[in-house]
Amino acid sequence: MSEIIKVGMADLKVCSSPNGLTTLGLGSCVGIAIRDPITKIGGLAHIMLPDSTAIRGGQLNVPKFADTGITELVRQMEAMGARRNRMVAKLAGGAMMFAFQNNKTDLVRVGDRNVEASRKKLAELQIPVLVADTGANYGRTVIFYPETGDYVIRAVGKPEKVI
Amino acid sequence: MADMSLDNVTQNYMDVLREIGNIGAGNAMTALSQMLQCKVDMQVPQVRLLEFQEVGSMMGGEEQLMVGVYLAVEGDITGSIMFLVRTDSAKHLVNKLMMGMASEGEELNEMEISAMKEISNIITGAYLNSLSMLTNLKIYPSPPDLALDMAGAILSVPAIEFGIMGDKILLIQSQFYDDVEIDGYFILIPDLESYEKILSALGMV
Repeated sequence: MSEIIKVGMADLKVCSSPNGLTTLGLGSCVGIAIRDPITKIGGLAHIMLPDSTAIRGGQLNVPKFADTGITELVRQMEAMGARRNRMVAKLAGGAMMFAFQNNKTDLVRVGDRNVEASRKKLAELQIPVLVADTGANYGRTVIFYPETGDYVIRAVGKPEKVI
Repeated sequence: MADMSLDNVTQNYMDVLREIGNIGAGNAMTALSQMLQCKVDMQVPQVRLLEFQEVGSMMGGEEQLMVGVYLAVEGDITGSIMFLVRTDSAKHLVNKLMMGMASEGEELNEMEISAMKEISNIITGAYLNSLSMLTNLKIYPSPPDLALDMAGAILSVPAIEFGIMGDKILLIQSQFYDDVEIDGYFILIPDLESYEKILSALGMV
């Protein structure tokens, strides 16, 4: 029996086929799905903020940030037997839920910046981004299947799509 | 008070925040009752400090359809405030305001969205007013913006704002009733500097 493992906000999980991963109600956060097509090992990270180095004080919550979260996701996948040079990624989320802009500099376009930071980190790790469904102004629920690499996206009042 | 992060909010602060929440929500209910011209009762609001993961599940799941209204706050303190209700509750409130003329179903049409914005304006305005009176700080809200979407997606916005300060989110849950039960949530998100200002205005620092 396969199961679908839930990934919370500021959280990351890895699994292998036939299991899948899901995260519910992505808003400005980004869901980064990475897969090794040979071992069919997959990982999903639900990050909230672009950059761990811009945060003042406090303990570092690794899965909360694009930079640290992706690094950790890749590390855990490698520990399971996935190979970095085969990994490919898909992105979803990064919406701007409200048109009104918060004028605090660290929050302006946080959705877009989360996507940019995720792409930057993936490029640094030489993991290609195959496809992305990001931006706009609506929330997304995603389900990722490492077996096929299908990334299923659901949104309120919109047909389900697979990228 | 150099390193005041939300993660080490003490019981004392929680009590103060609960009291602000209580008075704020009370004022908000009075305003709502006047606007809708009916009696609105409320329970003592609950103030909760939640992990990010817990937030969606307490509102009926991350995929629960909610109406979220979000306003920026400026003046002596800066930050934002969000008021959330389930779509069926929002529909109920709108229907009341429109004298029973609201459309069928869970969706809100343009007129209903504008009515809901007005209701939220009144509610959050009353809420901020009482905070302003208590603290003697000037607080001005921006015009509201509304989203109808999954709870998780709407909550990602305040969660990210809290995420800059720590790993928890502060939520005020107030249940109120007219003839049906309505679950409303307030999320007040002052910037860190503003937290200090609020607390010191209340003589807490």
